[in-house]
Amino acid sequence: MKCNSIVMVKQVPDTSNISGDVMRPDGTVNRAKLPTVFNPDDKVALELALDLRDRFGGKVTAITMGPAKAGELLRECLYMGADEVHLITDRNFGGADTLATSYTLSEAIKQLGPYDLIFAGRQAIDGDTAQVGPQTAEKLRIPQITYAEKILDLKEDGILVKRRIDDGYEILESSLPLLITVLKEAATPRPFKARRLMALKRARTRLELEKEAASPGELEKLIADYASKGLYIRTWSREDLGIELERCGIEGSPTKVHKIESVVLSSEGHQQVPPTSEGIGNLLDSLIEEHFFG
Amino acid sequence: MDDGSREVWVFIEHHSGRPADVSLELLTKGRKLAERLRGPLKGILIGHEVDAVAKEAFRFGADELLVVDHPALRDYRTLPYSRILCELVEERQPRVILYGATFIGRDLAPRIASNSASGLTADCTDLQIGDATWKKKEHKDLLLQIRPAFGGNIVATIITPDAKVQMATVREGVMEMVPVEAPCDGKITKIHYEPTAADQLVKIVERHREEKRSNLKGASIVVAGGYGVGSKKTFDKLRELADVLGAEIAGSRAAVDAGFITREQQVGQTGLTVRPKLYIACGISGAIQHVAGMQDANRIIAINSDPEAPIFDVCHYGIVGDVASVISTFTESYKKKLK
Repeated sequence: MKCNSIVMVKQVPDTSNISGDVMRPDGTVNRAKLPTVFNPDDKVALELALDLRDRFGGKVTAITMGPAKAGELLRECLYMGADEVHLITDRNFGGADTLATSYTLSEAIKQLGPYDLIFAGRQAIDGDTAQVGPQTAEKLRIPQITYAEKILDLKEDGILVKRRIDDGYEILESSLPLLITVLKEAATPRPFKARRLMALKRARTRLELEKEAASPGELEKLIADYASKGLYIRTWSREDLGIELERCGIEGSPTKVHKIESVVLSSEGHQQVPPTSEGIGNLLDSLIEEHFFG
Repeated sequence: MDDGSREVWVFIEHHSGRPADVSLELLTKGRKLAERLRGPLKGILIGHEVDAVAKEAFRFGADELLVVDHPALRDYRTLPYSRILCELVEERQPRVILYGATFIGRDLAPRIASNSASGLTADCTDLQIGDATWKKKEHKDLLLQIRPAFGGNIVATIITPDAKVQMATVREGVMEMVPVEAPCDGKITKIHYEPTAADQLVKIVERHREEKRSNLKGASIVVAGGYGVGSKKTFDKLRELADVLGAEIAGSRAAVDAGFITREQQVGQTGLTVRPKLYIACGISGAIQHVAGMQDANRIIAINSDPEAPIFDVCHYGIVGDVASVISTFTESYKKKLK
């Protein structure tokens, strides 16, 4: 059977490289200040989708919600082998929490046409919430399998997936369509294909072409030109999607950052315990009293 | 929100007739939050033949349990569980719902949050009830959802001022687990469940449970050693102390490299993150990479011969001395207390 997949990917800040001016006073992130990477779990998700396509046929579409810079990420998806990529971008999408993100992505997915599978990484390294996948599935009213370790079989009437659970694994059989979030261990992402890289490195989003165009009229011409060569990365604004402003971005996000504090190892002082039987005995007494043991 | 709901709910996870520790920890925390909110603490219990689980939930402070008992619900499955909970939330509008940040909790909670357009904060390390001003408006009795963010570089307090239902997940071992002194005669409210075709879209073909080789991740006490332990022989003393305390043994990266301990037992940024109630760091200098994996321990005892070791900046109790002799004293003293 042919299998059409949509893969949700995200460009994330490299959290191991965070400097002081990255956080804005309101607690949101100034992403422009950060080096970015392809979220590792999402790359594995893309690999699984590509592998199914290579074996069963069909099409792989990668989508991301993000700023102009996320064009880089989509080009990488193309280099790996994605058939189609889409950038979901709008000023009004900024500051989105997982609820607003899943609303926006699910509305975009509804416009991309029929699919059998949606893939996403288990979680993104900048938030580690693992929420956008299940929330998107809920909004699309489809089942989900999270923490997938392996796709065991794909048939006309369903899919067989091995997933991790707290104390072992389970094998689930699901009807399609289905959303799957994948663990890093599920696959090794393929390297970029040199031929695709050469052919597709000039692929551009509308935001990128806007910078090259002198006038709106010229932009339309540029887009048509790129599209005719298969080099236009379809770019969707909020208006293009026709979705509710108050459910997007920071406006549509119920979670608010009330306060942030930098982590300072507290040297407020600790209790000195003498290395003697008496000292350690007293420490044990107070810990026993506070039910630390047993 | 004086006219609104004051109910605190805990989703109670269970395996083989026992509630998960994290659920009991959440009941303990939920009890405190409910008292601050002056509302009831309710447990949501979905499964089959769950009487023993219910009993435990009352022992840890639940005022009432909403029980959905049906043979088709014996094992967790996303679709029926989330449908049941979505319906309960819509009908009863609790103020707070807490879930364990387990494979199940993290699979379930986002669907409920999405359905009810609620805020959901993952992996909270502390939860409080407090007032907060948001956009010049004073909000009373909000759930303050506190969690580290950005690779542990900051600690953020998240609020959901406009959401009716406030939700959070918490990892096992983060909160304390304390039974209440006088459990109430818990009220059980049975909720009817009728399987639908949509509930059956995903079937469990096989489920395999593995014996955990190391319980380090969920351990309530961890005895950890570093390079400063010095030798395998001294490390065996740590193992003896761990046995006596019912603790799990762990080590720093340096201890792994020195061959004192296996990589599976490494705590730190490139190993496991543990959140035990008590962490005993022996001969560990306290490099930030190690501290990242254990700083959320409720209490930390540091034992090191170097009084300048950075570990003393993060610990609650510091013992300066020779590791081998301090550990021996520790073990002997504890054995005496047991008698």
